[in-house]
Amino acid sequence: MSTTTSPTYQRLTRDQLAARIAQDVPEGAYVNLGIGMPTLVANHLPLHREIVLQSENGILGMGPAPTPGQEDLDLINAGKSPVTLVAGGSYFDSAESFAMMRGGHLDISVLGAFQVAANGDLANWHTGRAGDIPAVGGAMDLAVGAKQTWVMMEHFTHQGASKIVSACSYPLTGVRCVTRVYTDLAVMDITPDGFLLVEAVAGLTIDELQRVSGVPIAAA
Amino acid sequence: MINKIFPTIADALADVRDGATIMIGGFGGAGMPVALVDGLIAQGARDLTIVANNAGNGETGIAALLAAGKVRKVICSFPRQSDSHHFDALYRAGKVELELVPQGNLAERIRAAGAGIGGFFTRVGFGTELAKGKEVREIDGHMYVYETPIRADFALVKAEQGDRWGNLTFSKSARNFGPVMAMAASVAVASVHKIVTLGEIEPEHVVTPGIFVQRVVLVEQEALAT
Repeated sequence: MSTTTSPTYQRLTRDQLAARIAQDVPEGAYVNLGIGMPTLVANHLPLHREIVLQSENGILGMGPAPTPGQEDLDLINAGKSPVTLVAGGSYFDSAESFAMMRGGHLDISVLGAFQVAANGDLANWHTGRAGDIPAVGGAMDLAVGAKQTWVMMEHFTHQGASKIVSACSYPLTGVRCVTRVYTDLAVMDITPDGFLLVEAVAGLTIDELQRVSGVPIAAA
Repeated sequence: MINKIFPTIADALADVRDGATIMIGGFGGAGMPVALVDGLIAQGARDLTIVANNAGNGETGIAALLAAGKVRKVICSFPRQSDSHHFDALYRAGKVELELVPQGNLAERIRAAGAGIGGFFTRVGFGTELAKGKEVREIDGHMYVYETPIRADFALVKAEQGDRWGNLTFSKSARNFGPVMAMAASVAVASVHKIVTLGEIEPEHVVTPGIFVQRVVLVEQEALAT
């Protein structure tokens, strides 16, 4: 199936998608933004809300990148890029950091994904291809540890396959762990009955969304 | 008098044996005790099992240890990085064994060893390839996987300040695995940028109490891998 822009609707850009997610992060939330696309969400968090970002390598109250020349290589994020600390922030060791992540203390974990299944299964750590070196990092911890696990991803692979699926074909990161999916086409909750449409981009009908996704999506 | 301060890295690592299990602190370059790892390469012990978050970046630290052919097995969470070419080549050639562990399980398994805990049940990894063959149990309606402790003969940790009792402070996110690794090793060796007198570190600010640290070595501020 084609992923080129349809005449009737436009896919969100990565920044538009990040802004859409940021809009749903409430005042006072403790949030972990996964490596890759989810880090973009930080740029769009509403300034009037106090939101605390956690980084798996031992930072609570992570701030934006430093101005050039001010980088401190002892102060990096999970993607190993230099960051800053906001007033009120703190440092701690890896066991304490993962206690925050695994112990249900984070309100929201935002992760990228290869695939999300209708039952909430997540695949995002390994392609399973022979010769690919597996690396998991904190992905499995973030998948099951937070109060809510949100996925941020493009709706289709580069080959045009839907990344929301009836069952994951890639190796699983977590079982029945995703609560909400944000793609460049739609926002969907995962319920005991499968995908539930929250909203779609302007001009995209639920019938068309189901057709391109190849999985049942219930109307809200 | 207790004095855990060693004059040189060579002294602090003199008794590392072939086949030893070595924990190495750090998350990427932050907290990577490059000088201690260089000392380990020079010391010459081989057939090592390395426990660390990553499997080396660029040409320094664990990457240099791998390149020197000293490592038999790596236990880590995230080996694959843009500049992990030494690990990648050895792994693909079948010359190094990999045990991949979710990062929180890695930290907690290390902590468990240090705390005398015989393992723990966690939800992390349930239903995935990384939990294959492991004992599972249903607790409060959720499925948990049993994970065992990881202990080591030595831990190499990069700290900020240390005193002769082994009390340590760390620098920002360079703390990461240092405190738990110090707990879990028979011999924890900490490199510090500054040696201070007893009491100079505020008791409320001691991050790793000296009981967990056996050796402290002064290492001037290192250039960090970028």
